[in-house]
Amino acid sequence: MEGLLTEVFLGSLLFGAVTAGVPLLLSGLGEQISEKAGVLNIGIEGMMLMGAYAGFAGAYYTDSFTLGFLIGGLAGVMAAAVMVVLCVLLSMNQIVVGIAITLGGEGLTALLHHFQFSRSYPRLGRPETLPVPWLSDLPIVGSAFFDRNPLVYAAVLLTVALVWVFKRTHVGLNLQAAGDKPAALDAAGVSVTLTRSLAVLSTGLLSGLGGAYLSTIGGGLFLPFMTGGAGFIAIVLAMLARGKPMWVLFGAFMFGGSLSMTTAMQVAGVNIPTDVIQMLPFAMVILVLIIFARNSYLPPALGNPYHRGAR
Amino acid sequence: MDASTAGPNGIAISLSDVTKRFPGVLANDRVSLTFRHGEIHALLGENGAGKSTLISIIAGMQQPDEGTIAVGGATVRLSSPRDALKLGIGTVYQHVLLIPSLTILENLMLGSPWWRRCDPESVLPRFRELSKLLSVQLDPDALVGRLSLGEQQQVEIMRALWHGERALILDEPTSMLTPDGVKELSAVVRRLRDHGVAVIFITHKLREAYELADHISVLRLGHVVGELPKERLGKMTEKQVIDEVITMMFGRNDLSKGAEAALVGTALDHDGLKPVDRSGSPALALHDVSTTGQFGECALNHVSFDVWPGEIFGVAGVDGNGQKHLAEVLSGQRPVSGGTVMLNQKDVTRMGVPARRAHGVRYITDERLDEGTAGTHSVSVNLVLKETGKPPFWRNGITRWGVIHGHARTQIEAYDVRTPSEHTPIAKLSGGNIQKVLLARELSPDAKLVIFNKPTYGLDIQSTKLARDRIRRGAGADNAVVIVISTELDELMETCHRIAVMDRGELRGIVDNRKGAETEIGLLMTGARVPAHA
Repeated sequence: MEGLLTEVFLGSLLFGAVTAGVPLLLSGLGEQISEKAGVLNIGIEGMMLMGAYAGFAGAYYTDSFTLGFLIGGLAGVMAAAVMVVLCVLLSMNQIVVGIAITLGGEGLTALLHHFQFSRSYPRLGRPETLPVPWLSDLPIVGSAFFDRNPLVYAAVLLTVALVWVFKRTHVGLNLQAAGDKPAALDAAGVSVTLTRSLAVLSTGLLSGLGGAYLSTIGGGLFLPFMTGGAGFIAIVLAMLARGKPMWVLFGAFMFGGSLSMTTAMQVAGVNIPTDVIQMLPFAMVILVLIIFARNSYLPPALGNPYHRGAR
Repeated sequence: MDASTAGPNGIAISLSDVTKRFPGVLANDRVSLTFRHGEIHALLGENGAGKSTLISIIAGMQQPDEGTIAVGGATVRLSSPRDALKLGIGTVYQHVLLIPSLTILENLMLGSPWWRRCDPESVLPRFRELSKLLSVQLDPDALVGRLSLGEQQQVEIMRALWHGERALILDEPTSMLTPDGVKELSAVVRRLRDHGVAVIFITHKLREAYELADHISVLRLGHVVGELPKERLGKMTEKQVIDEVITMMFGRNDLSKGAEAALVGTALDHDGLKPVDRSGSPALALHDVSTTGQFGECALNHVSFDVWPGEIFGVAGVDGNGQKHLAEVLSGQRPVSGGTVMLNQKDVTRMGVPARRAHGVRYITDERLDEGTAGTHSVSVNLVLKETGKPPFWRNGITRWGVIHGHARTQIEAYDVRTPSEHTPIAKLSGGNIQKVLLARELSPDAKLVIFNKPTYGLDIQSTKLARDRIRRGAGADNAVVIVISTELDELMETCHRIAVMDRGELRGIVDNRKGAETEIGLLMTGARVPAHA
């Protein structure tokens, strides 16, 4: 165990935490937006997979990571559009539709991948990074935090931007009202349907991007079911964060750290069965839920479709 | 508002031949009404007369099937609340429609265009202007959830007037207020009228309408059945107005005294109540009972009182001051965090619902469809809901449908439940009939403690009268303790021996129900409170 505090171990742990944490961060923020507006989005896993596949295929064929991201985000938005139609416009049960989108996303992407690539798993090249001057030369944290793809910085900046949006803008007020008391928002002359639709579409965009990150920069390849429950961890993060984006950031990198523990330990040459370490993130989810679930705050109207007049 | 359409007696809104149909119901049938600037226009009518539909049409929540609406002389289409708000027509709904987790200013900013900067400073001038107009003092940065209901209503009035002061619609605005709150509201409404606002005031209380209104219109079954314009109203006495309105509402003037009392808001003489013998020991004794509340709930705080056999004990107070917890503590649905509940010298504090039911505790909840009954199940099943698995309705785990339906038919007969059959899902019945099913299930001669929570909430006048009569007769039980929790003071004055006042989870005091008790209760309801403003 003497290798645990070496530069190599810490460096690879932090690097892995960011790599695994960014998809969680993006989709966790997305989930937070729609939860704020009162729509419980269980379909995140499916939206991430759609984003992952489309992002990978986009980057593979266009040979551009940027275009890959855009296509991945778009795929997430399209999956979310299904949810908007079914849940927001037609007031169907959010949980049933969410599960359908998750299962549909899993099946559809596996199928598409099979058609397109059959049994081969082509790899993308190494993504370009954007080193921050000075900071990227720091030991350990330099390569982990400051020599990354621009999307990583963008995700962190987005967190800060969301803090501002939630606190200081009309959009933030409308979102909170749509989740706390949609009838009041309606009475104030703001369309609950529009507010919630936009919220769900942003969730789709962000989780699509999160998925695309996973398959392009994170792994460089697409595997069916590659999200492996990340979408559900994102839902947990959003619920525990009580509407505060900064907590999603913190949580995402904590979980990301535990996900990357396996690699880091192998790099450090510690000999623990990998199966045990791979359990870590899920054990952590359970532990965190047991400890903090009582404090999770959910908007009162979360999960309830809104009908005008049926107060 | 230009001068040609907005003189002191100019027409603010006029409806002509507005018709609205819902499946199976004609909610508004060719309604034509005119609302003028500087006039308080009261809309009266029973539940289901079409008042709410009419105002939701004016507020842009619903669109009429036929007919036209003219605002300021021009015909308009109000296809959303936003359209109405833009024309200066604001609505204050019966239930508070503010976001409790936002501040007053943030609530008022809701609905501004999203591209506009979200700057509290920029809306402060309008806030101050309206504060001055209403003559109220509120802290713009206070969280709405922390305000009293009266203050929340003031915020709602501000929001309704935010985009213009053409018309203000108030839907049953006094139902949640203390007597003092009602006075304040009346003053605000008069001030707005003098400012030129067209005030539309929906109420089912005749006295309120008489005191406030310049113009009264009466709706019945979706029609306008009569109007008392300003010129006539000014020359009539209160008695004449009330008689005339009752004739309009029911088409005749031979209503029983109870129904009239329910409408007018005058208490009957309480001499009809059976006297209570307080020489023995109390049948129900609460000692120092406290509960813990979830976020936003009002818990009980060291509540103690004694009630003697055969006594009808009222609990007054503005909604949300711990009444729900009290009812649930008595029925056994909520554990206490301290104190004891004694029923006939037996400690029932730790007993659950079935054990208490065996000891004669009966609870008629205000949430008739959520807590009281299972909506999609038949009337028969709902009548035996609390006997599930017990003989004679179940034997060895087998349901005996014959017995259950037979029992239902007897009860439907006895309680005069109007239902197509005992197989009808209970949610399809009217509020009054669901109430009767609940009563049929809960009441029996061997009851020892009967708790009514808001027994007439949402009922029509006939059902209200029936329910109150039943309470006055001791809920059909022999010397049971009857607890009536209600926000309607008139109801308690009419039915109870003594009335306690609850405020923020505490019992402020207990008043003997006699002449003048109303004032005492009003004082208790507000006395301990710091006045909202000077």
